Amino acid sequence: MRANDRVVFENVSKFYGDVLGVNRVNLSIPPGITSLVGPNGSGKTTLMNLMTGLIRPSRGHIRVLGIPANQPEELFRYVGYCTQFDSFPKGFTGYQFVYSYLRLYGCAHAEAEDLTWKAIDRVGMMEPARRKIAGYSKGMRQRIKLAQSICHGPSVLVLDEPLNGLDPLVRAETIALFRALAEDGMHVIISSHILHEVDQISDQVILLSNGYVVAEGQIRGVRSEMQEHPMQILVRCNRPGVLAAKVFEQDSVVEAQIHKDGLGVLVKTRDPDKFYLLLNHIAQNGVTIESVAPADDDVNSVYDYLIGSEEAGR
Amino acid sequence: MNPLWITQVLAVLRLEMRKTFLSKRGFWIYILAFMPVVLFTGKSIVEMKMGRIGDFGEDTNVFATVFQLFYLRLAVFFGCLGIFMNLFRGEILDRSLHYYFLAPIRREVLLAGKFLAGVIATCLIFTTSTVLQIAGLYWEHGWRVFSDYLVNGNGLSHMAAYLGATVLACIGYGSIFLAAGVVFRNPLIPAAIILVWESINSILPSLLQKFSVIYYLKSLCPIQIIPESGGFFAMLSINADPMPPYIAIPGLLLVSAAVLVAASFQVRRMEINYATE
Repeated sequence: MRANDRVVFENVSKFYGDVLGVNRVNLSIPPGITSLVGPNGSGKTTLMNLMTGLIRPSRGHIRVLGIPANQPEELFRYVGYCTQFDSFPKGFTGYQFVYSYLRLYGCAHAEAEDLTWKAIDRVGMMEPARRKIAGYSKGMRQRIKLAQSICHGPSVLVLDEPLNGLDPLVRAETIALFRALAEDGMHVIISSHILHEVDQISDQVILLSNGYVVAEGQIRGVRSEMQEHPMQILVRCNRPGVLAAKVFEQDSVVEAQIHKDGLGVLVKTRDPDKFYLLLNHIAQNGVTIESVAPADDDVNSVYDYLIGSEEAGR
Repeated sequence: MNPLWITQVLAVLRLEMRKTFLSKRGFWIYILAFMPVVLFTGKSIVEMKMGRIGDFGEDTNVFATVFQLFYLRLAVFFGCLGIFMNLFRGEILDRSLHYYFLAPIRREVLLAGKFLAGVIATCLIFTTSTVLQIAGLYWEHGWRVFSDYLVNGNGLSHMAAYLGATVLACIGYGSIFLAAGVVFRNPLIPAAIILVWESINSILPSLLQKFSVIYYLKSLCPIQIIPESGGFFAMLSINADPMPPYIAIPGLLLVSAAVLVAASFQVRRMEINYATE
């Protein structure tokens, strides 16, 4: 384990000529699963290419576990990158694709062969591994790229839209694999525009829009920072009408709506803590509360509030 | 146990050799390389069919002329262009260069591996052609005359000089085209510039002449050719200031090394941005 366990961006900007890639990015990404979320062109891939040294920042510095991103010979001992590029060296089988990477890494034949089969097995590609990649489906190509990125046991795994093209079953298996890798202490950095999946798997999110980081951190923490959007809480209870009347006594509650199934109240409040205290009081006064759950502290809502419903719907 | 960089150079070499040899894209290089073999062998066959035997000395001069004016200046030149420029540029066009850039390998080591693969491929193709050209040309004279030329004449030293010049041409042009493939997007521009530069080499000032490949190669060729037609061909073949091999060989290697060092700085700064290609 390296002394510095963070992926750090210091005031990083990247311009493609006059076109902005990302601007003034300051990040410190801890281990665990981190998702980069944003619409097309928001700068997700640019950030990933910057942290893996495939492109250089116009300004600022990037260090991955303390290693400058412009030192590939050191960096890729610890980093695996599953890119979005859907192109492969010509004529390769899946096995050769992973094996050759390990030979470039410096492994001897026997070790490379052993690690290749382990990685291929981990992504469930044993059967088609000897076939040419040119004949693979999109999902298979995605998985063989994933095998290549994990084959050398990296500490940081960077995955650009890794779930694209995977069928639901493989998608679930792949998410489970990401979780297992993160539990082993690995950084798993994922870009995605499929919000509910990000919500399921992320320990923290980085929301991007037009090349700027608009929010970062644990999703609930990000949500609680957004004071201009009152928190929505769904309370399931036996007497929603009574509950709605009671909650309106509190100044911080801006809206209370009986749920359409008639079995709960959707409350919008500027002060959730105060509201939870009030609920305790109400519960002691004849209303049976079955469940209390935040209704808009998921990535989808945060993304919608920060970046706009138009882009979120893309 | 090999040091890491040697293991990595060999890994790059293995990958590149698969791509460089017998690829459909490079088929024209074989045609270019073996065209003189077909011509010389054809000439021998025609002479033998007609019951004639050509003049040995004249054939030697024909070979020297074809070797200097066509083989080195066009066949090896364009063959190296096709192979070395594609080592990086071809991968960018195929969008597969990132495969190398994602490995923990120094970009300089990558460049060395690719260059070595190109040198091995071109040397094998073009030296084979050189040997076959000689065999084809002298076929009509029979093995006895040819072996006499090799053993008792200066055949062996001539052959060694031609093969050496071919290898050095591959190294020299290879380094230049590899560097050009890193810098230029369109191969036609550097090819045209370098072709003109190499052609006007003999009328350049002495110092500038040393910054070309053909200057050293001409000095290594065993026979000074003097085209009867004069004019343009005379300009191409004239070598007013020939160098002894012990200066020409290290001189060419030094120029190639300098070009490769410059290319390695460029590769070190290279970014993967296929969208702009």
